[in-house]
Amino acid sequence: MNDTKSPLEHEEKVGVYVCHCGTNISKVVDVDDVAKWAENNPHVEISREYKFMCSSLGQELIEQDIKEKGLTKIVVASCSPHMHEGTFRTATENGGLNPFMFEMANIREHDSWITDDEEAATQKAKALVNAAIERVVHHQPLEEIPVEINPNTLVVGGGIAGITAALELADGGNHVYLVEREPSIGGHMAQLDKTFPTLDCSACILTPKMVDVDHHPNITLLTWSEVEKMDGYMGNFEVTVRKKARCVIEEHCTGCGICIEKCPFQVVDEVFEAGMGKRKVIYRPFPQAVPKYPVIDKENCAFFLKGTCKACEKFCPTEPNSIDFEQEDEILKLQVGNIILATGFELFDVKRIPQYGYGKLENVFTSLEFERMVNAAGPTEGKIVLRDQKSSPKSVAIVHCVGSRDENYHKYCSKVCCMYSLKFAHLVHERIPDAEVYNCYIDMRTPGKGYEEFYDRLLKEGTNFIRGKVAEVTDSARTAEEEGKLIVQVEDTLIGRQRRVPVDMVILSPAIEAQPDSKEVSQLFKMGCDFEGFFIERHPKLDPIATMTEGIFIAGACQGPKDVPDTVSQGAAAASRVASLISRGTVMMEPIRASINEDACSGCKICNNMCPYNAIEFIEEDGVSRVVTALCQGCGTCVAACPSGVITGAHFTNDQLISQIEGLLWDMRELEPVPAGKEEKK
Amino acid sequence: MSVQFEPVIVGFLCNWCSYRAADLAGTARIKYAPNLRPIRVMCSGRVDPQFVLKALLNGADGVLIAGCHPGECHYVNGNIKALRRFLLLKKTLAQWGIEEERVQLLWASASEGIYLAEKVNTMTEELRALGPLRWHDKVLGGNGAQPIPVKEV
Repeated sequence: MNDTKSPLEHEEKVGVYVCHCGTNISKVVDVDDVAKWAENNPHVEISREYKFMCSSLGQELIEQDIKEKGLTKIVVASCSPHMHEGTFRTATENGGLNPFMFEMANIREHDSWITDDEEAATQKAKALVNAAIERVVHHQPLEEIPVEINPNTLVVGGGIAGITAALELADGGNHVYLVEREPSIGGHMAQLDKTFPTLDCSACILTPKMVDVDHHPNITLLTWSEVEKMDGYMGNFEVTVRKKARCVIEEHCTGCGICIEKCPFQVVDEVFEAGMGKRKVIYRPFPQAVPKYPVIDKENCAFFLKGTCKACEKFCPTEPNSIDFEQEDEILKLQVGNIILATGFELFDVKRIPQYGYGKLENVFTSLEFERMVNAAGPTEGKIVLRDQKSSPKSVAIVHCVGSRDENYHKYCSKVCCMYSLKFAHLVHERIPDAEVYNCYIDMRTPGKGYEEFYDRLLKEGTNFIRGKVAEVTDSARTAEEEGKLIVQVEDTLIGRQRRVPVDMVILSPAIEAQPDSKEVSQLFKMGCDFEGFFIERHPKLDPIATMTEGIFIAGACQGPKDVPDTVSQGAAAASRVASLISRGTVMMEPIRASINEDACSGCKICNNMCPYNAIEFIEEDGVSRVVTALCQGCGTCVAACPSGVITGAHFTNDQLISQIEGLLWDMRELEPVPAGKEEKK
Repeated sequence: MSVQFEPVIVGFLCNWCSYRAADLAGTARIKYAPNLRPIRVMCSGRVDPQFVLKALLNGADGVLIAGCHPGECHYVNGNIKALRRFLLLKKTLAQWGIEEERVQLLWASASEGIYLAEKVNTMTEELRALGPLRWHDKVLGGNGAQPIPVKEV
């Protein structure tokens, strides 16, 4: 596969198929003209146009022509290769050729859909078709590379998405490593009181699943752990996990909780209780935490700060003692075939909108704070009270879209806030029946099973709905009745008037944001995240589960804001995708790989450092470099870098690309003196 | 024949981000200048400066190299290698009197169809203003210079 022209090239018989795609292409591009014109290319044996090349009849056309006319190469000019390259490769193969004897010209997404200028579009289509013809004659037969799939799977994130994915896979008999960075699995769902619209107790439906994870023989649960590194490729990843020191020996600990009881120090729990409650320094985030082992918060522990105390160790009843102050972080290397990322979301920091007063006006709460407050197991045991912990509010305003649907923060809709804000209104009505509740919304968005009905129920429960974006929350009163209250300034767009609503309590419903470290995580796993930090799916409509990196799947709110049922569906879907790969055992990977012609390699080592995968090794005794095919991902950066031009990037060879450039610029040729002996194309 | 000069731009689009951005621009029916003729490469790091020279030599009025945003490269950092080569190439092109608007590098993620379309429009406008490249007159002609040794394959 050297970059020299094969003598066979002039014997190539190329079949060109120009697709109308209904009228998607033919409305702008003169398909007949392009097909007829392509026949002039000396490599072309036959050129056809057809209504739908991707239809079974279109594919059969290719297969027949290969058999009957002895075609050696195929060009289809239609949509994006991301749409139908696979389809036509299969047709090429069914006709008896190597599937890589095919090239696609994208005259839909890149041409007919982007312009109304028929003349320009037709000219561009000719250029793209000609480029494909010139390229395809240099195509070489390639064999797909078989990759064995390690049946173990890594799930990152122990929220409801990760739990669902892990259980689905484990129930099917596959081993799963579930990694969670907090001391317990459960995620945000464990913090919630009720789930909308059914008002199920969130913990009651979640904790049985958490326990299942804990007891499942096929799940290795690694909490208080973080992934540090990922190497390898689909089927054969090696993942390095740091299991942080809990200072509690899991083999000995029974989870009795005496150490927690005896610990004399308390700190504000900013994570699980959202700052609303306190926890001990040796702690479990919540009573039903899984696993049951507590963890010592080294930053606040008296022993780690001052070298004294050790109350937990003194009172630990197990034999031998479960407390180990010397415990060190453990580095684990896991071999897995596939990875599911379910790293969840974070809430928008409402302090970024200072006019809503959070942090300055004490009775402004975030939704998560309120969620903990109404939770029977939370810091106020379910009582709705103001910051003084005593008085219950007589009026509550709930502000939707805090940071969502806002040009200044996030343009997107966070999808769940309308529904949980309605749930909050219901809970206030339920617990303080005479309280007035005001929901200030931009638009009420309640798509989902039983969701609109829930909104309807709230309308009947007497919630005051104000359609308008809240301008500010303030405590500066203008009238006697506003004295001592929080005043919500909002334009009621239904009556076209500014309103000042005096209330005792304000709840802000912040946007759902990507995790603050999602960019680093996406780099760690070599896949992408968008500007907002949400992970990018392979296809926004047809494949919201896979990523651009083979073997890595995403589930839950790390892909975009989602409610619990959608998250669960995506978690299960990711698991089923992985299960399908595991049951196939071996999958075929595209053979787009680099190789070095060792006879011609000068041993300069320039390529060695180019490779992002360390896939090029230098063979000392021969003084040449060599590509480790299993590690090569086919990016081609070494091919571009090789000063001797002896690295071949399969399917993207210099030959193929240079010919493609020449073909693409067929109509610009008059600017170049025609080299002697080279036939004029046009 | 239209009176306006229509430049031809050869685009090297990476498979994972910018090619998909161009796909998305099409799918969303965003209308932009049809002057870009794309070539798909797996990574912008595959773009050998020779390809750019070859395109200019063969009559392209401009070349656009597009990759994933820094830090988002499907192949870790191939786009950074593209950037390095691009910066070196730019210096060389300037020496030959080739205007810097003619060879451009941009980052477009798979979701940035509109952005890519806007950039193609801008570049097309810039090249319309500059007029044809005429490599053979401008770079080779008149001063006895020899043809640039582009590797013949």
